[in-house]
Amino acid sequence: MTTTLPFTDWLVLAIFALAVGLTLAGALIAVLTTRIIRGVAGLMICCIGLAGLYYFLNSPFLALMEILIYVGAVCVTIVFAVMMAEPDESPSTQPVRSGHWWGAVAILIALLIGGGLARLALAGPWPDAPIERVNDGSVAALGASLLTTYSLAFEAISLVLLVAILGALVIARGGPPPHPGPP
Amino acid sequence: MSFLELEPIRILVYLVGICAFVGGNAAYLVLAERKGAGRIQRRPGPNEAGWGGWMQPFADGIKLLAKQVMVPPGTDSLLFRAAPLMVMAPPLMCLATIPFSDSLVARNLNIGLLFVFSFGSINVMALMLGGWASRNKYSIISAARVVSQSVAYEIPMLLVVITMLMVSGTMNLQEIIVQQGGGFWHWNLFKVWVNPLMPVTFVIFFTCMLAETNRAPFDMAEAESELVAGAFTEYGGMGFGVFFMAEYANIVVGCCLATVLFLGGWQSPIGYLSGGLWGLGWFLLKVYALISTVIWIRWTFPRTQFYSLLNLSWKILIPVSLVTLLLTGAMLKIPLLFR
Repeated sequence: MTTTLPFTDWLVLAIFALAVGLTLAGALIAVLTTRIIRGVAGLMICCIGLAGLYYFLNSPFLALMEILIYVGAVCVTIVFAVMMAEPDESPSTQPVRSGHWWGAVAILIALLIGGGLARLALAGPWPDAPIERVNDGSVAALGASLLTTYSLAFEAISLVLLVAILGALVIARGGPPPHPGPP
Repeated sequence: MSFLELEPIRILVYLVGICAFVGGNAAYLVLAERKGAGRIQRRPGPNEAGWGGWMQPFADGIKLLAKQVMVPPGTDSLLFRAAPLMVMAPPLMCLATIPFSDSLVARNLNIGLLFVFSFGSINVMALMLGGWASRNKYSIISAARVVSQSVAYEIPMLLVVITMLMVSGTMNLQEIIVQQGGGFWHWNLFKVWVNPLMPVTFVIFFTCMLAETNRAPFDMAEAESELVAGAFTEYGGMGFGVFFMAEYANIVVGCCLATVLFLGGWQSPIGYLSGGLWGLGWFLLKVYALISTVIWIRWTFPRTQFYSLLNLSWKILIPVSLVTLLLTGAMLKIPLLFR
């Protein structure tokens, strides 16, 4: 397309900022809120923002899969678990003492991972070759690459599901926690 | 190059068009629903506003707009306000890739089928959040029902869609329609040489569509006689109106998708007259025929029990759709062995 709108760059930048903002805001909501249902909503917003970022990286398939799997399946499944909890839970007022330590450890790990990734992205070598289409993006090409080039990753995902099922079994076998009786 | 051919402007024009289409449909499908209900129950239905009641949607709209939006104390007010916004967005997104005729499509995506289903899967979260944020016994029961019903029916629906994907070999909705050209015997619904169970596949898809859009006989989420209005109990005014509009928008999306996947989209049933405006006409004719069926089913069948609803999905629809999937795969691939 030869002619474009005069403010196209700004439009693209604004949409990119929207995607980044949604991701960050969603993640912050998911972490900082005390109500578990809002945490799920935050996770959902974060995933939608991530899908926008994938779209910016020219991967619409990945973006839609992110929405279909993480918003449509994972978040709904988490909600299933949330529904086992009390609907009108009051946010806990007393902070757990050991929570601070765990928080510090978590921040340290997050900083290490984030810093490492940022350093890799900034200092690491990027391929100079121009971007080219790997295949035509058809269903057949997609299936072929999932079952040949990326079959290891494809199979590894099923391991995650196995672990999830095992975890569910372990939790379910323990039964509900004993009800606190009258003192 | 004219101003209209710029991509952002074109998308904007289509967006406005889709919003108008969804709004007009929601308004007049409510009237059609009430008229249909009246017809089936042997009463006239709304007939006071305008000739034969055709002004009724305006009266309803003004009434809903004039009502105050109340946020009852004790609700999770943030999520309570966010839910009506979230419930309306997914169907609008889905319509962006639905081809209404051979040239009338906002964005002809290569992965259109995936696009519709990924945004269609968000809908349940919005209903759930609305019900949960209301902090009302009936709404919470309704939210739990919405989630379990949607999880149960998403599986056979996606299995059917994978079957259709194997038949067509593409996720581009426009290409799926082009493959079904040349008369109604080429429609996927009648392609019994690909899979003898194809009509059964269509019935499964239609049933799942009814369940996913929470329509009777599967409207366990609303169930006005037992749960007041389910997830929308606490909503008044336009908050309630938006949930209602979203329900009809979802029906439109579901019927459009059924038309594209099984009934040949904008292809003419007789083999010619399927280009341009004719295509649009055929498409809308098929979509509205399906929507009338949806309304007809609602007022004909009583609401099912919740357990039989889940049993229907897990014990009947999922096994049958797996069988159709395997059968289609076998019938597509086994002839290749002997070639």
